[in-house]
Amino acid sequence: MILHELISFEILRVIWWLLLGVLLIGFALTDGFDMGVGALLPFVGKTDTERRVVINTIGPVWEGNQVWFILGGGAIFAAWPPLYAVSFSGFYLAMFLVLAALILRPVGFKYRSKREGARWRRNWDWALFVGGAVPALVFGVAVGNVLQGVPFHLTPDMLMPRYDGNAIMKLLLLLNPFALLAGVVSLSMLLMHGAAWLGLKTEGAIQARARKIGTTAGLVAAGGYALAGLWLALGIDGYQIVGEIVKDGPSNPLYSDVMRGGSWLSAYGDRPWIAIAPVMAFVGIAMAVRGLRVGREVSTLLWSKLGITGIISSVGLTMFPFILPSTVDPNSSLTVWDSSSSHLTLFIMLVCAVIFMPLILAYTSWVYKVLWGKVTEDDISKNANSY
Amino acid sequence: MEFGVVELSRLQFAMTAMYHFLFVPLTLGLSIIVAIMETVYVMTGRPIWRQMTKFWATLFGINFVLGVATGITMEFQFGMNWSYYSHYVGDIFGAPLAIEGLMAFFMEATFVGLMFFGWDKLSRVAHLIVTWLVAIGSNFSALWILIANGWMQNPVGAEFNPDTMRMEMTNFFEVVFNEVAQAKFVHTVSAGYVTASVFVLGVSAWYLLKGRHIELARRSIAIASAFGLASALSVVILGDESGYSASHTQRMKLAAIEGMWETHEAPASFTLVGIPDKEARETHYAVHIPYVMGLIGTRSLTQEIPGIEDLVAEADDRIRSGIIAYDALMTIREQRDATSADVRATFEDHSEDLGFAMLLKRYVEDPRDATEEQIAMAAEDTIPGVGPLFWAFRIMVGLGFSFIAVMVYFFYRASFKGMQFPRWALRAAVIIIPAPWIAAELGWFVAEFGRQPWTVDGVLPTALSASHLSITDLLITLAGFVIFYTVLFIVEMGLMIKYIKKGPYMDVEETDTWMERHSHRLRTHDGKGPFAAEPAE
Repeated sequence: MILHELISFEILRVIWWLLLGVLLIGFALTDGFDMGVGALLPFVGKTDTERRVVINTIGPVWEGNQVWFILGGGAIFAAWPPLYAVSFSGFYLAMFLVLAALILRPVGFKYRSKREGARWRRNWDWALFVGGAVPALVFGVAVGNVLQGVPFHLTPDMLMPRYDGNAIMKLLLLLNPFALLAGVVSLSMLLMHGAAWLGLKTEGAIQARARKIGTTAGLVAAGGYALAGLWLALGIDGYQIVGEIVKDGPSNPLYSDVMRGGSWLSAYGDRPWIAIAPVMAFVGIAMAVRGLRVGREVSTLLWSKLGITGIISSVGLTMFPFILPSTVDPNSSLTVWDSSSSHLTLFIMLVCAVIFMPLILAYTSWVYKVLWGKVTEDDISKNANSY
Repeated sequence: MEFGVVELSRLQFAMTAMYHFLFVPLTLGLSIIVAIMETVYVMTGRPIWRQMTKFWATLFGINFVLGVATGITMEFQFGMNWSYYSHYVGDIFGAPLAIEGLMAFFMEATFVGLMFFGWDKLSRVAHLIVTWLVAIGSNFSALWILIANGWMQNPVGAEFNPDTMRMEMTNFFEVVFNEVAQAKFVHTVSAGYVTASVFVLGVSAWYLLKGRHIELARRSIAIASAFGLASALSVVILGDESGYSASHTQRMKLAAIEGMWETHEAPASFTLVGIPDKEARETHYAVHIPYVMGLIGTRSLTQEIPGIEDLVAEADDRIRSGIIAYDALMTIREQRDATSADVRATFEDHSEDLGFAMLLKRYVEDPRDATEEQIAMAAEDTIPGVGPLFWAFRIMVGLGFSFIAVMVYFFYRASFKGMQFPRWALRAAVIIIPAPWIAAELGWFVAEFGRQPWTVDGVLPTALSASHLSITDLLITLAGFVIFYTVLFIVEMGLMIKYIKKGPYMDVEETDTWMERHSHRLRTHDGKGPFAAEPAE
């Protein structure tokens, strides 16, 4: 196959780095409100019927939304195999927590209202709360750890990923203060997003409670994000590739020399245009909070999306070209230039993405259009399939 | 690697994968059966078919959700528990998984919500299309997953890259059109169709025994037996196709399934039953059927099928060749661009056997230091567990044939005997509900256990594929999965049984009125009205 030479290895790597961002953002924008709604459930729904209304706002769409996450996992595997190998096994118990929470969620949606018992339903309500709140928190914690670097190295002969520390220590180390702050940012941002969604899809008491919590959550998210930025500037080392940067070489992280030191934020000196990301984050959140206060519906959700996009892309843009730095052996750090799939695989995957992503966006939009409108108590009693 | 990590990782993978596959076959088949029923509804406009669609779709939904939930584990487990595997073959193996998400899973998951919530929001035809898209999405999902698995069985279209220390794709089309993958796909989805058919048949038979929901049950049996008959035939025929492809791609697996220790003269006989004995290198009390094995395996009367002994000798040679490849590889890794062309050429010549040298890593850090004894042990390791494979395969095949018999019988009674079924047959149909699941799990067992000691046949040994984890890590997650999955299973079964007992509860009035109005047209052969509520004879 020669066709793949049409696009250089270097450009394909950048495209796949962008697509990775698109998938993560797509996940946060869609499944993000599902998780937010799950985490809001006990606070916005006081009676069983209210909680059913809340659940049914996301009932028909969460399944498709969750695929952004699955696809994100698949795309990391296909386009960034070393990243998939190192991060998923390195964050082992944290990944298991996420997995358990994400398994609870689908089952909770589907099974909760299939029996009448109050205890049965209350248990599943908790499951849905955990299924929303835990992943939202853990994803932020993970990002916080990635920014600080992770204690792994690759063996020189076989490139086998190795980690320091035992099982429990590894988990506890993940829960360091900066990472927890990142977790709070992530959780509060998705609570705001979930509230914006409920603002659009519900009315009356539920909507009022959601807007109130969402306002606070938005303010916490913005404050936490600013604090994390400050922390990055003052207390956390960045990473740099030293010496020649080979952008189209083989994907072997050990082939490049990496130094720990300096600040991540120096990226804003080198590439000032990336400041657009944090600006988007603050403007988006500010406008979403305002929208929640004054009761705008569609625009609030859109502003919230902008804010989330800003937060997530600012992390990626700040770290570029690093994807997963190593604290114990900086040379093992994974970067855009040395941890991708082969040229051919990236090209084939790009062709598939170009064909299918527009289709996915088209039919997803159609589904949302069909389901457009408020969910009311009346709707739920009429449809025997309701959750 | 800590002792036990590989074993525990394997146990965890086997458990979670087999658990996942409790739900997948029913999803594959029931999605199509529901779509067929809805098609009949849209074409005829008869509300009974809408009621059937909604009823079976409810059961489909309860099952589907656990298939999705446990599928998340599968997608992440490679990275969590098998990180060296993920690094080593992700360049090839990751692609079909990602394409599965892009092409199939996204479609299935996006439309499944509308399938349940869209009845009042969509026109009949639009809803029908949605239902079909869910069914097509599910089945395409299976295609890409089996392309990924097929590559583990028969790794084509890829080569080893010394610079990146991993396998890399050289030809995408070879990976997609891998003969093993294609045979497996059709075999697996057909097995799913049989599973769903047996399920629909069994549940409907139970209704007939109880004298409930007669109209729904009879029509469901008509659909299930016709669909099931076609699928049951297809499972066996395409299973045979898998056997044929294994005879030249996975000869060791085939020999182990057969308990065939020595190479026999062509055409080989098929061992119907026997007790394989690894120590004695013999299958005791074997009952042979002449010619059959040669015909299945080679489709000829003259070609030989190699026995286990010969394959071990071959592995011994390949390990020695692999050591040469490993030596050249280490030189290339040290000298990189400065490596002489000779060394590169040596590596090229022997790189196909590199995986065999990796088998030695279980016994010695550097395969180049291996003793004769260790080489012999590694060669011996290439024999999978013959006894379990031998029996698992035979039970699976036996069940496969029995499904054909069941489907032929019910199809015949449904088509030519006016939908009258004797009570013993209905009871039998209820009892065999679990059988297709047993067959499907055994099928996966044969495929995966039979590939040992490899995760990717001839390329990467299982012992090397696992993550660098501690026993504690694995015990925590293993315990978590056991508890969690057990609870979910109990909950799921409870709901399934509750909703089966409850029977159709949507569109009931409309259907009954319609039935009443059309009762003169709906009389069955024996002249009984459609509401003949007495249990079947």
